[in-house]
Amino acid sequence: MTLRELLSEIATPDRQADRVVPPSGHTAWLTGFTAGTMAFLAVFALALSLAAGRLADRWGEALERTATIRISAPEEQMELQTQAVLDLLAATPGVASARALTDAEEHALLEPWFGSDLPLDTLPIPRLIELQEEGQGYDAQGLRQRLAAEAPGAILDDHLRWRQPLATAASRLRLLGTVSILLILASTAAMITLAANASLAANAQVIGVLRLVGARDIYIARAFVRRFTLRALAGAAAGTAAGLVAVMLLPSADAAGGVLTGLGFQGAGWLLPFLLPPVAAVTAFLATRAAAFRKLKELT
Amino acid sequence: MIAFDNVAYSYGGGELLSEVSLRLTPGSFHFLTGPSGSGKSTFLKLCYGELLPTVGTVTIFDREVHSLDRDEVARMRRRIGVVHQDCRFLDHLPLATNVTLPLTVTGRESNMQDLSDLMAWVGLSQLADALPPSLSGGERQRAAVARAIITSPDLLLADEPTGNLDWEMSLRLLKLLVELNRMGTTILVATHDLNLIRSAKQQVAARVLRISHRRIQLAGADL
Ligand SMILES: Nc1ncnc2c1ncn2[C@@H]1O[C@H](COP(=O)(O)OP(=O)(O)O)[C@@H](O)[C@H]1O
Ligand SMILES: [Mg+2]
Repeated sequence: MTLRELLSEIATPDRQADRVVPPSGHTAWLTGFTAGTMAFLAVFALALSLAAGRLADRWGEALERTATIRISAPEEQMELQTQAVLDLLAATPGVASARALTDAEEHALLEPWFGSDLPLDTLPIPRLIELQEEGQGYDAQGLRQRLAAEAPGAILDDHLRWRQPLATAASRLRLLGTVSILLILASTAAMITLAANASLAANAQVIGVLRLVGARDIYIARAFVRRFTLRALAGAAAGTAAGLVAVMLLPSADAAGGVLTGLGFQGAGWLLPFLLPPVAAVTAFLATRAAAFRKLKELT
Repeated sequence: MIAFDNVAYSYGGGELLSEVSLRLTPGSFHFLTGPSGSGKSTFLKLCYGELLPTVGTVTIFDREVHSLDRDEVARMRRRIGVVHQDCRFLDHLPLATNVTLPLTVTGRESNMQDLSDLMAWVGLSQLADALPPSLSGGERQRAAVARAIITSPDLLLADEPTGNLDWEMSLRLLKLLVELNRMGTTILVATHDLNLIRSAKQQVAARVLRISHRRIQLAGADL
């Protein structure tokens, strides 16, 4: 089955061939409606999947590449331990770079919590060292042990404790979205198969006459297939349009809002929903074709 | 053209036809007679592959029917014109479109002149645009005959084609069949109308197959 074959089968305007099957009011409407509803749902599943994917990437990727070492030591040992930790990091495989945050940076970090007029200089604030990973990353366990030996006041905070469950949840959510889309597709195929079977059964006499005068199965099947494919395409286009409007009407994305307010499309992601109508059409095409050939064998 | 070798057929109960061996040679004209329910329609269905023999072999155009796939059956049907006993049509399409259906499904154009000649011959010119459900039994039969012969088939199978026709129309139809036969079409007509057979015998070398006691025999000259 090539794409060209598919296109020619649905696009060739063989009006004669289409007319041999009587127009069927309600199955036509139901097929379009089903495809539309499913496309509408698929738009949300897609949006969910993409948003969850972005979160998973953000949490997993950005945080995974950095870690912080916190040094709490008596004033007079601070410089010494900081230098020891930096030397140690410089010699640790998997660590691209490391640097101590300046006082100004630390103040900036604390300001939201304590206000700007806090006399930070007088407080024993831990020194923070930010490190960037590279390649496969460093061996956290080994690094912790060496830190304990060389700088007892240093604690490695690799964000794992809180990052991992979030990143896992986000990827699960993405997976859930993808599975939903696949299930929606499968249901569409199932429902269109049922509708096609009903339509074929209702037209048993037509099929009998066509076979009697020498029509090949492909000729008869085509009339049904083209019909269902076009209906699914039209229905899914309407459903997708409605879904996109609904997504656009959601409160606008906000970086801090996470899944709820980030549920939308960004950049090239806006193009993905436009794949839904053609995918629905291909699904309808394959489902109806299979149903038609099976039913034709059964009927005559 | 068609050969039956030791064929038997049953719909699931006892055998309806048994030990049928016969040949329809190209260009021949046969009638098939027998009491109602004796299996005339069944025999015709065996002749165009709608039914497959339960015993023995049926060979159509030198192909054993059991060996044909669905596309080959379709291609074989294009060489056979069939007039069903319960003439079925596409009820949503006008009569003229129904009559040209055998051409349409094979992607052929219908010659308008041929079509109107044919419709005139079977007396349906006025009804070309009518929908099949609005026709009388006799009109349906004539339309079915027109549909069966529009492709100039090699073989014409007609199941009680004059069942609903008055005598005048029956003779007219017979004339059409005789003419087709003269032009080379092999013809098999199931009928219990002995007058029709007698009338035919005056015009053409028609032979009569008779079904009795599940066997099919070639009847003598006396009918
Ligand atoms: N599809 C079928 N299933 C079961 N029995 C059938 C079927 N078609 C016909 N019969 C039976 O087979 C017998 C012969 O039918 P048919 O060939 O139509 O006879 P005829 O055309 O000579 O009147 C009849 O008794 C009929 O009831
Ligand atoms: Mg009969």
